[in-house]
Parts: sequence; C-alpha cells; structure tokens
Amino acid sequence: MNDDKPVDVVAGAEAFLRQDDVHEPMHDRFLWAVMQRRDAEAAALPEWEQLRELASQIKEHTLTHLDRYLTEFEANAKRRGVKVHWARDAAEHNEIVYGILHARGVTELIKSKSMLQEECAMPAYLAARGIRVTESDLGERIQQLDHQPPSHIVFPAIHKTRHDVAQLFARTVGTDPNQDDPHVLTEAMRNNARPRFLAAGAGMTGANFAVAETGTFVVCTNEGNADIGAAVPPLHIASIGIEKLVPRVEDLGVFLRLLARNGTGHPLTQYSSHFSGPRRGGELHIVLVDNGRSRRLGMPDFWHSLKCIRCGACMNTCPVYRRSGGLAYGATYSGPIGVILDPTFDEHKYSELPFHSTLCGSCSAVCPVKIDISDQILKWRRVMANKGYLPLAKRVSFAVAGHVFAHPGEYHALQKAAAPALNHSPDFLLYNKTLNPWGRDRDLPQLAKQTFREWYLVNRKSDGSKHPES
Amino acid sequence: MRIGLFIPCYVDMLFPEVGIATLELLERLGFEVGYPLTQTCCGQPMSNSGDERNATKAEHLFVENFKDFDAIVGPAGSCVKQVRQHFDVIEQTEAVRHVRQHTYELVEFLHDIAEVREFPWAKFPHSVGLHNSCSSVRGLGLAKPSEIMGTPFNKTADLLEAVKGLVLVPPDRPDDCCGFGGTFCVTDEAVSARMGIEKVRDHLRHGAEYIASPDMSCLMHQQGIARRAGLDIKFIHVAQILNGGPFSERAE
Repeated sequence: MNDDKPVDVVAGAEAFLRQDDVHEPMHDRFLWAVMQRRDAEAAALPEWEQLRELASQIKEHTLTHLDRYLTEFEANAKRRGVKVHWARDAAEHNEIVYGILHARGVTELIKSKSMLQEECAMPAYLAARGIRVTESDLGERIQQLDHQPPSHIVFPAIHKTRHDVAQLFARTVGTDPNQDDPHVLTEAMRNNARPRFLAAGAGMTGANFAVAETGTFVVCTNEGNADIGAAVPPLHIASIGIEKLVPRVEDLGVFLRLLARNGTGHPLTQYSSHFSGPRRGGELHIVLVDNGRSRRLGMPDFWHSLKCIRCGACMNTCPVYRRSGGLAYGATYSGPIGVILDPTFDEHKYSELPFHSTLCGSCSAVCPVKIDISDQILKWRRVMANKGYLPLAKRVSFAVAGHVFAHPGEYHALQKAAAPALNHSPDFLLYNKTLNPWGRDRDLPQLAKQTFREWYLVNRKSDGSKHPES
Repeated sequence: MRIGLFIPCYVDMLFPEVGIATLELLERLGFEVGYPLTQTCCGQPMSNSGDERNATKAEHLFVENFKDFDAIVGPAGSCVKQVRQHFDVIEQTEAVRHVRQHTYELVEFLHDIAEVREFPWAKFPHSVGLHNSCSSVRGLGLAKPSEIMGTPFNKTADLLEAVKGLVLVPPDRPDDCCGFGGTFCVTDEAVSARMGIEKVRDHLRHGAEYIASPDMSCLMHQQGIARRAGLDIKFIHVAQILNGGPFSERAE
C-alpha cells in the first residue's frame, strides 16, 4: 500500500459500484437480509434494549478498570497452566508468535479468523519466515487464496459472488469453474483443508471474550474450524486484544446473547468454545496485545470504540458500506467501525474515511454495546478539518460561506446575483462531472423566481402585518 | 407563545412554497409568528464537514436572530438537529442554551408542543410514501428507528393520517438513508446517487404518487435523481400537505 497518499475510499467505492450490475446489488441485498433477520431476532427478546445497556455498562466498567482485570486474567490463566505473553504492538505480537513457533520447529500453521492477527499483518509476517499459514474459516480462506484482506469482519468474502468463488477455486484448488453450487464448493474446500489441519504443528485463534475471574477465553465460530485447529495440533496460540476482557463468566450471558443475534441474525453462534488451559500433553499460549488500544483509551472522544465486540452489525446496516464493499476502505476494519478505528492507527492514511458517511446514525442505533459511532465519525471530521485534511474545494467554499452566512447583507446580495446565473447557465457547465458532481446523476433544482424572504416582504411586511420581525 | 420562523437557506431559495406553507399553517393555528429577516444559514454544511471554525460565525448569527422567541420552528429536520445538537462547540451562553432547547422541527412542534391532531382544512387524495429523514428519526425522534426495539411510533404519519384522502404506502426500507447526507451527495456522488435511486424505486414499487418528507433536502436529492431517470413520482413537503398548499412548485 502507498503510505504517502490517503486511501481514496470514494474511488474504491465507485469502482465497486460500477463494476457490473451484479456485485453491488447482491452485496446490498444479502446484508439487508441479515439486518431483517437481526431485527426479528432482537424483537423476539423483550429485554433487548436492556441487554444493550447492560453490555455497554459492563464494557465501560471493564475498560475503566482494565489494569486490574488484565492482571487478574493473567494470574488466573497462568494458574491453569497457560503461558501468557504481553505485546506492546503488532511487531512484538508477531515476534512473540514466531518465537514460539520457531522454537518448536513449526512450519505449518492452521489458524481461525482473527481480526487482531489481520491488524498485525501476521500471516504475511510468518509466511515471509517460511511458515505456511492456512486460514481455516471458509471466507478467510477464500480471501487468502485471492490475496485480498477480508472485506467484512464477520463475512470476509461477502463482496464476492459464488461465481467468483467458483472461478477462484478452479484456479487455486482445481475445481470445475462452472460448478458454483455452494455445497460443492464448501465440500471441495473442506477436503482441501482437512490434510492441513492434520499436518499443522500449531493452531492459532483469536478470542471474542476473555474472562478475568477464570482466566478462560471464548472463541465463537459457525464452522467449528477454530475448535479443530485448537484441538488437533499440540500447540495452541491465541491472540487477544486487551479490550476483550469481561470481569465475570456470567457477563457472557449478556454478550453471547447479543453477538450472533446482532451480527448475523442467528440466536447463537454454532460454536461458543471456552478454553480453560492447555489440554493434556499440549501447550496453550495467550498473547495479550495492546497495539494502540491503551492510547485510544486515553482519547476522550474516541475511547468508547474499545467497547466493540466485532459483531459487524454496523457494517450490515450502513447504507454507504453496503454500496461500497469493504475493500474500498483500504484498511483492516471497514464500514462505520472502521471509519472510527482506522484513523487511530494512521490519521493521514485514513483521513478521508470519516467523510465516507451520510451520518445517518443507523450504526449507533444498531450497536450492541451502544458505541456512539455516528457522533465519533463527526468528531473525526473535526480532527481532520483541524489538521487541514479537508479538500481544497471545501476549505475555500466553507471559508467564503462562513463569512457570507455571517453577513446577511452580503448573503442576500449574493442570492440575487446568483439566481439568474444558475438558472441560465449552459448545461455543459452545470452537468460537468468535475465542476458539479451533483449533476452527473441528478437534475438540478430550479431556483425560485422569488425567495421566501422576498415573498414575505411583499405579503406580510408591506400590508402592515401585525407580526413584525424581531 | 411567540414563534420564530426558521426558514433554512435552501428552502428560502429553492422551495419558498414550503416556507409559505409553514408560516400559514402556524398562523392558522393561532400562533404569533415572527420571521427574522437577517437569517442566513444554521452552519450545517461546514459543521457536518467538521469545519467548526467557519460554522461558528453562522451559528452565532442564528442565536442572535432567534434568542428572543419562545420557540423556534423550522420545516427541516437536519437543520433543526444542527441547532439542537451541534451548536455545542460555541460558548454555551444563556442565549445559546435557550435557542438550542427551544428549536423544533415543524412536525415535532405540531405533534408534541402544539398537540395538533386535526387538519380539517387539508385534503390530499393521493397515495403517499413517507420519507422521515435520518436526522428526523435518529436525531430528533420523530419515529422509532427500525434498529431500536420497542413500541413503534411515527409522529409524521400520525399527522398525515389525519388528512382527508391521504393514504400512506410504506416502502420496504422506511428509514434506510436516501444518500443525501449534505456535502456527501457531491463528494461521494456515485454512492449517493445509487442510494437515492433505490430509495425512489422502493416508493414507486409500492404505488406512491408522492414522496412526502419533513426534510426538503432529502427530497431535493431524490427529485433530481427521479427527474434524470424519468421516474414518474412527485415530491412534497409535509407542511404543504398539512396546510393544504401552496402546491405549486414555484411561488407566485
């Protein structure tokens, strides 16, 4: 990726939208259907809004006592025979993982889905050191074979059609390119992956929740792939972001009820596996990762984003994300949660993301832990504006507008001057894409012959109206 | 109660009939209405882009214009939301606090403050698709957002259903954003236009002759798209329906 230029999310979204008549409509319809399922599941729980409030409070409490819960978690995990490592950033995380693998001569790794390992760019790091990394989540495996990052935090390959997958598997796994039946494709991948599970010297997972009072962690999947990866090889390494902590086992009763319902519209993930220590004869390592999280915890406007449980609902509900596809964001995290997380990693590179939103507020309303996502998007715009990241056109026009709107006399003079010009400008000016993006897909509204103010002066003021202006 | 009439800049210039309908409706209901002639813009275009420095000038002028009214009423959800929620960067003087607390979107003013439930002078024998804007639904609480669980309510629909002849035809995605989003509609033109045409088609599929909204800015975007695509559907502000006009798209 080019580190000098900010990610052009607008161009990426337009490319996704205009590639054909298939991908964007499919993407939008699938995610909308997930939202319909989610709404039905949520409506079936009378206590839904209480659950959200409770989940939000538990996370806020935990994050504001994070030092205490982290040390409690570490002590309890160690007591269970787990080796606990601390990683300050992505580089330390990757070094620790490689160190463990290298010391045991592991060259074959099977891993389940982990956004944190994506965030650390771990698969590429390990591959460069001679370790064959296989993604075991079907969607992640599809993305790995296509050399693309996940486009969604729950449905990594959701921007692809089954035809795309059939073509990809034909190229990479040797299936029939015309066979795009999902069951056949899934079976083909199962047969392809199974030997790798058996050959792997280590399995890696992430974690959805880490319980301080017991030192256990929970991994939620729908394919059971994390369980095989953790159970077959003798070594299991879990990468856990420090924000994943919850204080007590009973808190899981809140989060597990919310996670799948909100994210995929199902009552529960197929597998919610609790890992409470190494199995007999095996090793279990946990790498607790900061990678910018404690810095974010110190940001008054943005620390609430650490409450995120990665359900993906804000992406499903986001009308802009559904039309853009996740790859357009050019970041580990896309959609609304990505817009507020990504700039904490690199303000320059992700400076345009906060503007890729209509601020419709649906993300905040759907969030199971009540993160004020939409408000944070606006606050990120303020950060970007203060740092001079607004496009030149906006900077100039806002400076002019800011002045004119503060001076009613100039404003009304300008109105008078502009009206005839706009209504009589030649179409090639008004409908020029560069000069006026409004006109590319839209007709222009006509300026009124008489403004409301002019009408008012004639119809209310001049007839001796008893309603004078103040 | 003395009402300050807040006519957003784009309504003033592009949709004066919406301002006239709002003024006539409030007068008809017996309110004393003043219209500060020095009003310009609430600052939303700048504020929404994060440019608070340039927004504050317009915000100060707004407060100066409206600080002496008991209530400030405007026919535009997103502009009212701007005043109520985003005048938070300027110093919170007594005047600023008063203006923020007493600025209402027209529908919520009629529904919650004036508690009007009948519009005997109005009739509108048409099928209408209702577009409650995102600012109105999630910002001002005009209706229950689909994401939030609980008893459904829709203040705009409550008022419109009191109008003789009017039939509401609900779309499939009632509160999915139409893609206007202020400056978003030009900075993110492709995505915005796609969202807009799907919104209009959703209403057309359900047989709407009109799309009605308490927010003319969304309608301006949808109207531009519908006209370009040659779609046969009309657009109208809720104030025009409730007041029984003026219906012409141009003021005299």
